[in-house]
Order: sequence, then structure tokens, then C-alpha cells
Amino acid sequence: MTCENRNDRGLLPRLFLTFFKIGAFTFGGGWAMISIIEKEIVDKHRWIDRGEFLDLLAVAQSLPGILAVNISVAVGDRLRGMKGSVWAALGTILPSFMIILAIAVFLTPDLIKSNPVVSRIFMGIRPAVVALIVAPVISSARAAKISWRTIAIPVVTALLIWSKWPVVSNPILYIVLGGAGGYLWYTRHNYAKAAGGRKGERK
Amino acid sequence: MIYLKLIWSYLKIGLFGFGGGYAMLALIEREIVGPGWISEQMFTDIVAISQMTPGPIGINSATYIGYVAPGQYDPSLASPLWGLLGSVICTLVVVLPSFVLVAYTSHLIARHKDSVVIKGIFAGLRPVVVGLIASAALLLMNGENFGTDTYHLGWSVFICLISFLAVYLTKIHPIFVIIAAGVMGLIIY
Repeated sequence: MTCENRNDRGLLPRLFLTFFKIGAFTFGGGWAMISIIEKEIVDKHRWIDRGEFLDLLAVAQSLPGILAVNISVAVGDRLRGMKGSVWAALGTILPSFMIILAIAVFLTPDLIKSNPVVSRIFMGIRPAVVALIVAPVISSARAAKISWRTIAIPVVTALLIWSKWPVVSNPILYIVLGGAGGYLWYTRHNYAKAAGGRKGERK
Repeated sequence: MIYLKLIWSYLKIGLFGFGGGYAMLALIEREIVGPGWISEQMFTDIVAISQMTPGPIGINSATYIGYVAPGQYDPSLASPLWGLLGSVICTLVVVLPSFVLVAYTSHLIARHKDSVVIKGIFAGLRPVVVGLIASAALLLMNGENFGTDTYHLGWSVFICLISFLAVYLTKIHPIFVIIAAGVMGLIIY
């Protein structure tokens, strides 16, 4: 295992190929991809050290969008600026794009509906998909440390989006409210703490 | 023009898609399934296929939806070439907002990652993301996916329950759960 030079001329194609390989062989997206990206970028190629990678991961996580794409853009940017970002992002996206395109050409909505074998398979699969989305509800609730005091937030959010009522069923509304509310709560809380700290015993 | 509408919708999905692929499903449901560009069933099928193929679910579903939506919107666009155009557009547009944000703000965020502003925003977003994922699950629990007659509905509830237990208790990979459910569908129906 050699330490590869960041200024090497062949870096861009290698960056592309590395992300292409990860995109082509990692099932499950998100966190499954992050651990493999870390292994390739930090341990194998040594393009970035672990501390730097974790910093980039923090950035990738705090921005919207697809996590695996965000981290590849951040790594590419760190190594080669805009060019690096484009190559790394293309590497991550292309395998998915090509595989799905190949499937979509054959597996059309009409075929799923009219082919008796395919339609029966999908009748079985659909309720399982719902189950696969219920499971992360629980794990993300745990990760978010949802308590009896905060459980109203996800419950009300989910029910109002589900209601399909005008305006209040728009998920964007809750993302904006959540971010703004968190910001206000956190700043007040911290200012109160800081003020309390300065004034000694009072609050 | 369906392509312009797809661009506008996928810009919103990319820009507000916090909390990963499953949270993004709530936005896709609203923006793409809501106007009827693809059916509830097709959406669920696309989610299943996106989970069974490598790569992030957000990219997989964007490519698939981009391929299918033009033809569903206007039958004269139901050809591989128009589908390919839709795929390219949706896939590029869904990553565009985050690409710009990561490329231009990563230095700023890295410097302020411990700031009260960023911590506060994420403390507020976390419980909302739980709600978004839950809403996606609720929205998919419908007659189109579970069936309306007793026989179909009964088996659907059964498959949903054992799939949930399998994923939640045994850490079986979701791909095998989907394959098993497909085999069950073939046997039952």
C-alpha cells in the first residue's frame, strides 16, 4: 500500500474509477457507501487522512441531497477543486444511472401491469417495501433521541403530510419550520445558559 | 412541458432533501406522485427496484422516475429516447442543489460546524426527518399497494408484518426481504 500523491496527473481518472467502483457494487446507499468510501479514500489510496474525512462527512451530512454524492463532491473538491468534484460525482452517479436505465427500458409500467408473472411478484413486494420504510422510522427516532416531550413533532408532521390537505401537507413546510424552530430554541437556550453563567446563581 | 415541471420538482427535492433517501421519499411522493406523473403502484415498485440495485436510492429513483414520467404524462413521449432525456434531467437536477452547496459552502460549514446556528438547525430537523419517513410509510399504506379485497389485503398485511420483523429483528439485508416477498407474491396470487 503506497501513499499516492495528490498532485499526481492521473488522479482525476483514478478518483472517477474509485467512486465508480463504489457506486457499482454498494447496495443500500447512504451509510453503507460511506464506510466503503472511507476505506478506499482514507485507508487504501490515502488521499485524505481520517480527521479530514470526518470533517468532510460532517459537511456532507449537514447539507441537503444524497449523502453519497455529497461526500464524493466534498472529497473531489478537497483534492482537485471543481474538476475533482465533477469527476467524483459522476463516478458515484453513473453506475446507478446505467443500471437503472437498463432495467427501466424493459420493466415498464405496462409490463408490470399486464405480465401475469411480474404483476404477481410486485403484488407481493409492495407491502414489503412499506415494511422497509417503517423500520428506519424507529431507528431514526432512536438516533434523534425522541422522548415523550418531543414525540409530538414527528407524529404531527407525519399525520399532516399524510392528510394531503392543502398547504399543511407539504413536507417542505416542516423542514423549514424544523430548522428555524431548532435554531430559535437552541440560541435562546444557549443565551439563557450563557447569561445565567455570567450572573451566577440566577437561573 | 413535462420536462420543465420535472426540473422544478426535482430542484425542490434536491434542495429540501434532508435526512437521507427515505426522508426524500415524502418529497417525491408529494412532487411526483401527487400530480399523477406516476401512479402510487409504480412509485412503490420503483422504490423496491431502487433498493435492490446498487447505488443511492435517491439517484436510482430519480433515474427511473425520469424515464417513466414523460410517457405516463403524455403517451406520445413513451419512447426510450424521451425516457432517456427524462432520466438525464432528473438525475442531474436532483444532485445539482447539493453539488453547488457542497462545492461553495463546505469551507464555511467546516469552519462553523460547532456553531450554535448549525447545531440548532440540525437539532430541529432531526425529529422532523423522523416524521417525514413515517409519512412516506403512511402514504404507501394504501389500497393500490395493499389491495382492496379481503384476500389480497390479508396477505399484504401478513407480508408487511413479517418483512418488518425480519428487517427489524434479524438484520437481514432488505434485498433478501424483497426477493422473499416477490416469491411469496408469485405463490399466493
